[in-house]
Amino acid sequence: MEFFRIRKDIPFMKHALVFNVISLVTFLLAVFFLATKGLHFSVEFTGGTLMEVSYTEAPQLEKIRDSLGKEGYQDAQVQNFGSARDVLIRLPNREGMETGKVSEKVMASLNALEGPKPEMRRVEFVGPQVGKELASDGAMALLLVIGGIVLYLAMRFEWRFAVSAIIANLHDVIIILGFFALFQWEFSLPVLAATLAVLGYSVNESVVVFDRVRETFKKKRGLTTPQVLDHAITSTISRTIITHGSTQIMVLSMLLFGGETLYYFSLALTIGICFGIYSSVLVASPLVMWLGVSREQFMQVKKEKQEIVV
Amino acid sequence: MNRYPLWKNILIGIVMLWGLIYTLPNFYGEVPAVQVSSGKATLKIDAAATTRRLEESLSTAGIQHDGLFADLTSVRARFRDTDTQLKAKDAIEKAFNPDATDPSYVVALNLLSASPQWLTNIGALPMYLGLDLRGGVHFLLQVDMKGAVTKRLDATTGDLRTLMRDKNVRHAGISREGQSVVIRFRDVESQARGRAVISTSSNDLQLVEGQDGADFKITATLTPMAQKTIQEFAIKQNITTLHNRINELGVAEPVIQQQGLDRIVVQLPGVQDVAKAKDILGRTATLEIRMVDETPGALEAAMTGAIPAGTELYNERGGRPLLVKKQVVLTGERLTDAQPGFDGQTQEAAVHLTLDAAGARIFKDVTRENINKRMAILLIEKGKGEVVTAPVIRGEIGGGRVQISGRMSSEEATDTALLLRAGSLAAPMEIIEERTIGPSLGAENISKGFHSTLWGFVAIGVFMCLYYMLFGLVSVIALASNLLLLVALLSLLQATLTLPGIAAIALTLGMAIDANVLINERIREELRNGSSPQAAIATGYDRAFDTILDSNVTTLIAGVALLVFGSGPVRGFAVVHCLGILTSMFSAILVSRGLVNLIYGRKRKLEKLAIGQIWKADAN
Repeated sequence: MEFFRIRKDIPFMKHALVFNVISLVTFLLAVFFLATKGLHFSVEFTGGTLMEVSYTEAPQLEKIRDSLGKEGYQDAQVQNFGSARDVLIRLPNREGMETGKVSEKVMASLNALEGPKPEMRRVEFVGPQVGKELASDGAMALLLVIGGIVLYLAMRFEWRFAVSAIIANLHDVIIILGFFALFQWEFSLPVLAATLAVLGYSVNESVVVFDRVRETFKKKRGLTTPQVLDHAITSTISRTIITHGSTQIMVLSMLLFGGETLYYFSLALTIGICFGIYSSVLVASPLVMWLGVSREQFMQVKKEKQEIVV
Repeated sequence: MNRYPLWKNILIGIVMLWGLIYTLPNFYGEVPAVQVSSGKATLKIDAAATTRRLEESLSTAGIQHDGLFADLTSVRARFRDTDTQLKAKDAIEKAFNPDATDPSYVVALNLLSASPQWLTNIGALPMYLGLDLRGGVHFLLQVDMKGAVTKRLDATTGDLRTLMRDKNVRHAGISREGQSVVIRFRDVESQARGRAVISTSSNDLQLVEGQDGADFKITATLTPMAQKTIQEFAIKQNITTLHNRINELGVAEPVIQQQGLDRIVVQLPGVQDVAKAKDILGRTATLEIRMVDETPGALEAAMTGAIPAGTELYNERGGRPLLVKKQVVLTGERLTDAQPGFDGQTQEAAVHLTLDAAGARIFKDVTRENINKRMAILLIEKGKGEVVTAPVIRGEIGGGRVQISGRMSSEEATDTALLLRAGSLAAPMEIIEERTIGPSLGAENISKGFHSTLWGFVAIGVFMCLYYMLFGLVSVIALASNLLLLVALLSLLQATLTLPGIAAIALTLGMAIDANVLINERIREELRNGSSPQAAIATGYDRAFDTILDSNVTTLIAGVALLVFGSGPVRGFAVVHCLGILTSMFSAILVSRGLVNLIYGRKRKLEKLAIGQIWKADAN
């Protein structure tokens, strides 16, 4: 079996401008949604109490809301989770509330209701000081990833490659976040992990293409820079699609079988993988071209290296 | 030409065998067990004796066990099924805790790995499951360090007052103001003398002189060094106290760890009663010093049931009865420290106590009036007292430094010191994070994680075999060996496996196949360019190596960043992700090459590779 039967190099670079405009538009849209709608942060970031309770038969959410309202939790969000029998209750932290005791009070008031009795499945309580730390730790992690990757790529390749790879892939991260803002999906810690994993993974993709670019520059003389890029992309496209397809199979399996907890995690990965292919192939390469990569740079690098060795 | 030297094949073989052995315990599952551990801080588990006692109690009840295991803190018995386990628990409970209202042992239901003994002996244990997979409660406690410092400053205030009086320095008031102690004087001379006196008595304080209206004052603050010591001490003592309290809950494997500078993580697997857990974590135990009633005949009378008014009957640690007066001489709040050590003259093991100024004054008076009498130090928990030690007063003790010695081994001295400190928390704590996972959700999470990995793996496997034929199969075997090594590594390191961790396993497998795809595509390309099959294999692997290395390093950078800055679920993900990248490098490059070499390496006249269709543009 072989999916890709490509006779000639596909002239990707001819349409480079179009691709870059498309990414710019998606990027700006993502920024727009992030700015206007904002992310729907999970309880881990905002602080508060989250409870998951399960009933043997579907309860009436109205009754639960009423009873919680009487207890003084008017700001409680009550919604179904997964099935009609599972209920998710969210309570924000408030000043002067004995935060540690909230879950017990809520359970007591749910037990007092008529009808089926609830079974406690999960409680998460996060104090206000923890949330802030998580946000700053997340930002630090992102910076470390960006710095580390730029440094490594600049060392292994050239600064032009490093810069274009990181721009292309940061644009993926923003787009993932844009999706989460647009649909108001819950942004939790696992989603943050997925986003950063995607960043490492898509850079991976750019690396494979760049590797080919370097090799083609060295081996084939007389090709223009766009031709070299086209050749590199064309000869790796089969591997790109198959690898990402395989990873996506795994992620899809998590999406289908992983349950609610892994749902948004795998959703973030899915978006990341799809845009990862696009951006590393069709955004990073044109960027390298705009930044003015040429054959001489690799020849020079080679010479310099030799000198160092000597 | 495509042959590995023998040592390389052997190395791969050994690594795979190692992986297999350390993965094995995960397949045996778990069997029900009952765990007996100490329920009181005063009681130490003696492995041999407890095992014997456990054996006896089971045989009296006519219950068969599947093996007894002892470690430093507990003895566990395995049982065939949960029915026997429950029966055994009742029997053991009766035998070990005859007085149900005052249990000295924790008898808890537990699960033990069913893997054979030899695996356990070489340290091969099943993966350590996180709370989201086994159910239980997780708390993150914030220690109020400011509170610890304030407490110390309050004690210092009293100390300074005593010091000024002892040295006859006249002052116009000593008080704590925020994070400092302010001492006022009427004139400059007293101020200067005060400063001299304080700086000779303590080097924990930083002194700043000043003037406040007509008054002269000295503002004393704790040095950064002293503050650090107080904070370190506070968190250590709080952890010790938590350990003692959690024993009561009867949790089989509690985790109590320091996190960062001022936080403590408490994880109680299997605990569902959150309210009780919180209650116990927040409770304060107290220490009391009282006099022993040594009136002749009183003890004998008390033994027969006629306890004299104003006294209580307790048992000493050795088991001898002791009649203690109800009147409290001192409480644990006056005790600032207790350390094991040695008597300066006799070199006997001893416990050194430090009392604060007020405590020292009371203690001096009491000891002066009660020479050659006994005093009892009691630990009051759950409204019940227990005599930690009951020493005889040899002479008047002033200055707040007390030494208890005689008839004590150094180990006993350490225990006693620990107990004396265990009475109270050094600093208040607050729960800042709580996570409770019900047992059904935990089991569900395991099966969900397992199924996602399984079906994803199967789908990738089928696709690879169809697309790359024999080379696809080799890739799948390499991927399976990656999984094996990853699980073995996780089992060996006993890293906590959480649901995000399982997701990381799945994701890592999905990403690891990249290396094999790269290799296979390269080999196809070489064949397309007209290389001979053997040459294609060699160049394919060699050329792909650089790319694989580069791409794995970038992924690893992201993984390490998550590991450094992540907490909770993110860390669980990152650990597995990073380990997975390392194992995938090994399996994708060495294992798959080794297999290909075994299959094709010896064939001299190789015409064709089973790597799927090779389509050539010019052939069409």
